[in-house]
Amino acid sequence: MNLIENLEKEQLRNDIPAFRAGDTVKVSVKVVEGGKERIQQYEGVCIKRQGAGVRESFTVRRISYGVGVERTFPVHSPRLAQIQVMRRGKVRRAKLYYLRDLKGKAARIKEIR
Amino acid sequence: MPKLLLGKKLGMTQIFAEDGKIIPVTVIEAGPCLVSQVKTAATDGYEAVQIGYGAAKKPSKPVAGHFAKSGVPALRYLREMRVSDAAEYQPGQEIKADIFAAGEKIDVEGTSKGKGFAGTIKRWNFQRGPMGHGSKNHRRPASAGAKGPARIFKGKKSPGRLGGEKVTVQNLEIVRVDVDRNMILVKGAVPGPKRGLVVVKSAVKAGK
Repeated sequence: MNLIENLEKEQLRNDIPAFRAGDTVKVSVKVVEGGKERIQQYEGVCIKRQGAGVRESFTVRRISYGVGVERTFPVHSPRLAQIQVMRRGKVRRAKLYYLRDLKGKAARIKEIR
Repeated sequence: MPKLLLGKKLGMTQIFAEDGKIIPVTVIEAGPCLVSQVKTAATDGYEAVQIGYGAAKKPSKPVAGHFAKSGVPALRYLREMRVSDAAEYQPGQEIKADIFAAGEKIDVEGTSKGKGFAGTIKRWNFQRGPMGHGSKNHRRPASAGAKGPARIFKGKKSPGRLGGEKVTVQNLEIVRVDVDRNMILVKGAVPGPKRGLVVVKSAVKAGK
């Protein structure tokens, strides 16, 4: 058991800022395109964090050209160049699945001041 | 000559590959194994070494005598490994995980988890009967054969004990070998419960 815990601990990144569901985050993803590597930005509302240790992942939802897009990233993935927290949201749940049914003004989240 | 190592399944986790892909891995505590007997063509008619793993709790006198002969502590699990020249090995010699390397293909043998007395749906992947329309055949095996032979053919798939038997998974890839911690990371799942004995062997069908 302990060996596995150690193995997982070795892979954890310590440059991840604290964020939770409801926060607006900007994720910089390393993408390889035609042999070249570049960084792609993806900004949206974090609607959930799930799992623990190296297995932890988070889902970011944004509306792109009127279509809802959700991307899930492993928190400790080496493909993530950076995670920036743009805005802290005031929410009362850990999983914000209800945002999928809302659009426009109703889908806004209040900011913690 | 096929390589062989005894070990313990520690459980599963995941690791990141260099390109960021997630690899599901089983962590196996492999070895260190001790050579408990060297068999040569002169004495036994064939060349092999007997290797053991894990401390035995309370060996019986004949078993304790066998280990005393080769001067190794009493071991819980023993397996024989065929070698081309057994003279290369001495009793008491330690075999570690470094006989395997990352990227190598291996077969892993273990005892599958026992499921007890299981029905045909779980044991043989039978289909279930309708739940409604007056049907009472929900999880029953239904027909056991034709009326013609007036008997059931041998080998008819029926309910019974499932699991708890020797299972070998072939051609698994070694992702990483950690000799200091006696650890082998294998891509994919391995039969058996956590802390169960597993035998790691070089793949029989590698490269085919």
